[in-house]
Amino acid sequence: MDSLTHPDLSQIRSWLGEVPDPEVPAVSVMDLGIVREVQWEEGELVVAITPTYSGCPATSVIAIEIEAALRAKGIERVRIERRLSPPWTTDWITPEGRQKLEAYGIAPPAEIAGGPSPFERFLRKPPAIACPRCKSVNTHRVSEFGSTPCKAQYQCRDCLEPFDYFKCI
Amino acid sequence: MSDQEALFEYLLRLGDNALVLGHRLSEWCGHAPALEEDLALSNVALDLIGQTQLWLNLAGEVEGKGRDADKLAYLRDARDFRNILLVEQPNGDFAVTMARQFFFDAWHYLLLRELAGSKDGRIAEIAAKSLKEVTYHLERSRDWVLRLGDGTEESHRRMQAAIDDLWMYTGELFEADEIDRAMLREGLGPDPAALHEPWLGLVKATFEEATLSLPQPGWAQRGGKRGIHSEHLGYILADLQFLQRAYPNATW
Ligand SMILES: [Zn+2]
Repeated sequence: MDSLTHPDLSQIRSWLGEVPDPEVPAVSVMDLGIVREVQWEEGELVVAITPTYSGCPATSVIAIEIEAALRAKGIERVRIERRLSPPWTTDWITPEGRQKLEAYGIAPPAEIAGGPSPFERFLRKPPAIACPRCKSVNTHRVSEFGSTPCKAQYQCRDCLEPFDYFKCI
Repeated sequence: MSDQEALFEYLLRLGDNALVLGHRLSEWCGHAPALEEDLALSNVALDLIGQTQLWLNLAGEVEGKGRDADKLAYLRDARDFRNILLVEQPNGDFAVTMARQFFFDAWHYLLLRELAGSKDGRIAEIAAKSLKEVTYHLERSRDWVLRLGDGTEESHRRMQAAIDDLWMYTGELFEADEIDRAMLREGLGPDPAALHEPWLGLVKATFEEATLSLPQPGWAQRGGKRGIHSEHLGYILADLQFLQRAYPNATW
């Protein structure tokens, strides 16, 4: 493909917006802010992705799925670059991503990661998390860790729903 | 020792600490006292193994002999491991696991915070990434020290015993040797001794709240950073390395 026939980058971003996260399929890799950059370099499409957690087993699956999705759209030369810095933060989850998480039953991050110093976090009370089912904030944390490193387990005291909270990082 | 060799050694220490503790925690998988704890311990182990991969891959790159994280993890003998003795201590009961974790997390947190400002951008970015994860580890292990210390008579007794037993392994965390001094000189890493005061401050405040007493300063067990380990490391490696030793270059 020469530069005149390249699909443009906004088209590519919208295609990537259909690639689901393997562990939370309700949101795409674009919604989560995992794709950091997309650009053409001499006929090759370079997609920079960042891991959410350093041990997240989904990261290599995500790379494979992005490549497969782009190939299916006819892009033959794709290179996936892993980028560590700046480290991924839940602040990069898009507003649509947050809405999709909540509709899926996962409470989105309640705080801005770039806010208060993390070292002081255990000195203050954790923020109130709204139940994704009944919206009550009368909830409590069952465990800081859930089914994946990015989530914590909560339970609603009003409707009793146990739910995942996408924790702030 | 050249600067490059010192950096390689230093990176092995960072990677091996995460690897050995990650492996220890993974031993709880399927055995923890509650499902939530099983998940939490496995998740912390996963974070540590992920960090191991980053540190050991960088170590291999610095060494320049074609070894990657897998080769370094699976094909070195105990004498070539550079982890501190604290992380290889057996899991014991849940109090021992959480006391070990709290001592480590508090130190690890402070160390990574300094390393995030390292002059070497590769070190700084791994540290900044890991720091976010370790903040959660510290929050959780500190919480367990409080809950068990200020819990029932039995949980208090067990937590105090765990602290007393593990205390002698904490001295090594703050002792500088020639490798630490080389890192300090080059602006790559902090002076380990400078981490002691904030570490002790956090430990004291936590113990006070948990109604636990701080052990008396005593003899410190050391050697892990130089490859002199307790008998426990060999058993860990026998488990960890079995597959690569029995079936060299096996992949899946
Ligand atoms: Zn509810």
